[in-house]
Formats: sequence, structure tokens, C-alpha cells
Amino acid sequence: MKLTDLPDSHGHFGPYGGIFVAETLMAALEELRAEYDKARNDPAFVAEFEYELKHYVGRPSPVYHAKRLSEAYGGAQIYLKREDLNHTGAHKINNTIGQALLARRMGKKRVIAETGAGQHGVASATVAARYGMECVVYMGAEDVARQSPNVFRMKLLGATVVPVSSGSKTLKDALNEAMRDWVTNVESTFYILGTAAGPHPYPMLVRDFQCVIGRECLVQMPELTGRQPDAVVACVGGGSNAIGIFHPYIPYEDVRLIGVEAGGSGIASGKHAAPLTAGTPGILHGFRSYLMQDENGQIIETHSVSAGLDYPGVGPEHSYLKDAGRAEYVAIDDDEALAAFHDLCRYEGIIPALESSHAVAYAKKLAPTLGKDKIILVNLSGRGDKDINTVAKVSGITL
Amino acid sequence: MSRIGQTFTALKAHNRKALIPFITAGDPGKGLTVPLMHALVEAGADIIELGVPFSDPMADGPVIQRASERALANKVGLKDVLAMTAEFRKSNTTTPVVLMGYANPIEHMGYEAFAQAAKAAGVDGVLTVDIPPEESAGVSDVFKAHGLDPIFLLSPTTPESRVEQVAAAAGGFIYYVSLKGVTGSANLDTEEVAQKLAMVRKHCSLPVGVGFGIRDAATAEAVARIADAVVVGSRIVNEIETAPEGECTNRVKHVVAELRRGVDAASK
Repeated sequence: MKLTDLPDSHGHFGPYGGIFVAETLMAALEELRAEYDKARNDPAFVAEFEYELKHYVGRPSPVYHAKRLSEAYGGAQIYLKREDLNHTGAHKINNTIGQALLARRMGKKRVIAETGAGQHGVASATVAARYGMECVVYMGAEDVARQSPNVFRMKLLGATVVPVSSGSKTLKDALNEAMRDWVTNVESTFYILGTAAGPHPYPMLVRDFQCVIGRECLVQMPELTGRQPDAVVACVGGGSNAIGIFHPYIPYEDVRLIGVEAGGSGIASGKHAAPLTAGTPGILHGFRSYLMQDENGQIIETHSVSAGLDYPGVGPEHSYLKDAGRAEYVAIDDDEALAAFHDLCRYEGIIPALESSHAVAYAKKLAPTLGKDKIILVNLSGRGDKDINTVAKVSGITL
Repeated sequence: MSRIGQTFTALKAHNRKALIPFITAGDPGKGLTVPLMHALVEAGADIIELGVPFSDPMADGPVIQRASERALANKVGLKDVLAMTAEFRKSNTTTPVVLMGYANPIEHMGYEAFAQAAKAAGVDGVLTVDIPPEESAGVSDVFKAHGLDPIFLLSPTTPESRVEQVAAAAGGFIYYVSLKGVTGSANLDTEEVAQKLAMVRKHCSLPVGVGFGIRDAATAEAVARIADAVVVGSRIVNEIETAPEGECTNRVKHVVAELRRGVDAASK
């Protein structure tokens, strides 16, 4: 079987993925799978999705040669895929449009979502407004506090934001709560899952909607540079922006695919969010994948300066690509990510999301090891306006 | 026949229905679980459902979530739950114990190693909420090979076409979840449940227990009229949560005895 043929009909990527949910959700997931199967083969659905991406999101997003940053990093040429320029400021909107169109096809008038940094919540609230749907967003209480601009954005867009105070009060708990809402309101409600994780068919359909990123790069890179890049680098929390840019590159075996996890205070400290780097396989949130867990199989709390990467699991396809050796996964700690954040601000006039700053930080390490004629393509998955309070706080500045 | 099978057979011979109370192991304290299990039996439990605490109880409402959090704060893990069951078995060899929880703690221990240890501890059945029959290859068969009954859920959203598949994977009894929602939800519609159970029984010869939304003698009686077993969780866990220190066991006994009267009223 080819790496690009996955998942199988039961949502398995080798030993990963699958459908690990309570019985009440089984019928809803099967309904979603069947509907998505029809939609992806329906030219009218595909055409509407593409129309929305072009005219509402502003795609294709450009690829930009960060010349001053490349020079400062002293090695390979760094190109940025500018997902930060999308409507709502991140790649998340690609997926929420796809899922909202599915929700509309299925006659669901209410959508729910979980969010960490708030980018997926904003993207969900946006499409709910765009298509006239009720929207409820679950967000960890800690994230509500550290991402207040996005909370207000969601409210402006007409969504109800529900702070979640159970567990670690972050993204994983928001996901638990969204699942609880879905199981209660399963017939009226469409769950817009924000990353390429969760039970089948979510990892597959989120990936498919995000693959527009990589497909555009396949065309744009040869136009700009005459060839494909030597390495593609993307941050990995749940892993949707990474799988979106990686997947179309899987058959291009000369292109290294590098996922960058959140190293928090450093892998050795144990305070991080890097399951592929330092975790073991397990089952959480409906799928099997690498997880951060203790010796009793309990999920452990994660730490990252970036709310969007603060998640103890990772999309199952990344676990598969890691084991298959097709993609490499590394970790970047908080300080390295913050330094790269400032680099991009100062050298290129781009304020990146803290999530995306992890990918830039790895490019900073990788670039000097490669010649100046080599090319690194970094997925700049989101813009950093939402993070200015966090950056000010860690810098000891009061706004 | 398994201890669960024997229990249902004996009850049927006396035209009685089973009462299955749930508590979370390690809640409110590590040392209180075994005494609570004995108290459940004294007050009229036929089978005990023992919750294995998990950090992310996705299918549970706030009451059982908090029980899980308390148990985890008491550092109770799967191995402790097995040790508690073994301790309970020292003085009770007849009441079946069903472990109820989520996949990951068992996956982490390894299904084979877990099944062996669970059987040795005196566990009779295992309900892993987030392992549906589709993902149960390498799980149910391992449990069955070790003489553990794999308990599976059916729900109001289960289509008739799936019931047979679920029943084929299951052992012991089938757990019908009466409501769409998480544990601790209210508003049980027994009329609707009765219709669904009639459909389930066409495809499944195992006894059928019903849980979710049962909170007093009246709801227990109504469910006992249509089901083979009545499963009660949040109502009991709520009692544990709100009982003053030292009162926990008495309060639980009181509630379970009330539920027992409700269940038995259905047989009269």
C-alpha cells in the first residue's frame, strides 16, 4: 500500500487512527463518513469549496522568499507559505469552510467546535456567521484568559464561547466538552473538529480540506525557484497545517518533511507538548496515536507558550509517517520559538503566530547546516496578533 | 457459565431484576472503596460496576468527572483497582464485579496482561466505553479467552442493523444507554426505552441492562419493568460527593436500599 492511500476504510493509518468513541456517536460518524464520501465526489460540492477558498478566504495564499531572514540565519533560502494572510489569519478557515458546507448538506443548523489558541474557534464562528448557523465554541478556561482577543472576536461573530474548567483547562478539556455536547445533541448538531485528529473520518477529511496548502506549494515553488524545496517545515499540535502541506509532498521522496512540536520548557524538563518526540502510543479523543501519558495510562498535562500546540496527542497520520520514516519530528522550546517570533517581526515585518514561530525556529537551526542554494519551505500557519499579550507578558511588559 | 451469567440465571428463577450500582474506585478515598463495595452488596446490589478513573472521561457528566478527578488525586490507577477487587474477593466470591472505564489505561497495561491480572483479581466483566465492536478485535477475544465478559453499549442512536454485530462481540449482558448524552443526564422516557428494548431483544439473547437517568425508586421500578437490570451511577456518586465525612457508607447504603425497593416493586 502507498503512504498516500491511507487511511483504510475503517480510518486506520497502520496501527493508528480508528474510531474509539462511545456507541452513541457511532451512527453520527458513519453518517458523516457516508456524506463526505458523496460530497468529495460531487463536482458541485468541490466547485463551491474552491469558490469559497478563492473569493472568501483569498486563496491561493502566496509563497514569499524571506531573504533578510535567510541571510540572518546564514544558510538555506527560507520561503514562507503565507497562511497567515488568509481571512481570519490562519489555515484553520480552509477546514471550517469544508466542514460547514458538509453541515449544510446534512441539514444541521447548529455547529460546535473546540479551540485552543482560538484560531479554530474564530474560523468556526466565521463560517457559522457566513452560512447562518448557530455556533457554540468550547475553550479551556486557561486559554480564554490568555487568548482574550480571539474570545472577543468569536463573540463579535455571534458565537457563544463556553469556558471549560475541568482537567487542565486547555485544549484537550475543550475537546472532551465538545464531544459531550455532541453526544447530547447529536441529531441537531455538526461537530466542526479543528485538527486532523479525532475519530474517523475527521483525520481524513480535515487533511483533505487542508491539502490545498501543499497543492498550491507544488505549483508555486517551481514557479518561484524552478524546483521543489529540499525541506518542508511545519509546526505540529494536532497537526492539521502540517498534514495539509506534507501530504501532497509525500510522493516527492527527495523532499524532507519536518514536523515541529512544542518543546515547552525543554523535553528534559517533562514540561512540553511533544508526543511524537517523547510520548508513546495510546488512545484518546477517539483515535490511537502517540500521546503524552504517565505509567498508568493517564493523560498528562502539557506545557507550551503557544495555546494552539498545547495538546497531549497528535493526528494519527503523523504517528504513521513517523514510524514509516517518511517524516521527521523535532521539538522547539518556548524560548527558541519566542526568539524566532522576534526574528520574523524584525527581519521581515511579519508578526507570526507563536505556533508558526516553532516552525521558523527549526528553520533557524536547519538553515546553517545546509548550503545557500538549498531551499526550506516553512508553513507560516497563522499571524500573531492574537499572541501580542502573551509575548508582552513573557517579556515583562504591561500593555 | 460466568459469574455474571449465573447471577442473571438465579435472578430470573426468582422473577427478579438485577440492580447494578456504580462507584468510581478510589472515590472518596483509596481505603473506602472495598468497604463501599461490601456496603453496596448489603444494601441489595446484584452486580457491582467499578469505575476505573481516567484523566479524560469524555462520556461522563460533571458528577462522575469529579469522582474521577478525586480518585486520580488519591493516586488510584488501574493496578490499584485490580488490587481493590482482589481484596473484595477475599470475603465475597459471589457478587460479579464489572470494571467500567476508558481504553487507554488498559491499552497502556496491554490487553493480554490486563486480562490475566483482572481474572486473577476476580473481575468478571469489562466495559471500555470508547472501544466499540469495530475496534474490539484483539480486545474482546482476549477478554473472552480469559473468562472475562466484554460488556458493550447500545444507545438510542444505534441502528437496528448494528445490534446483531454488537451482540456478537458482547458477553455477560448488554448495557443499553437510555439517553443521548453523558452520564448524569435527566429526563428518562421509559416508553421510548421499552420500544427500543423490544427491537434489541429480537437480535440479542443476552440480558439487557439499562442505565442513564435513573435516580430514585420510581425510575428504578419503571426501568426494572422493561429491562433485566437497572444500572445507577451518578445518583450514588453524588451521594458520595455530598456526604459529610464518615457518613459516606451509610448514605450510599440508604440510596441503594431505596433503589432496591424500586427494582423489587417491579417484580410484584
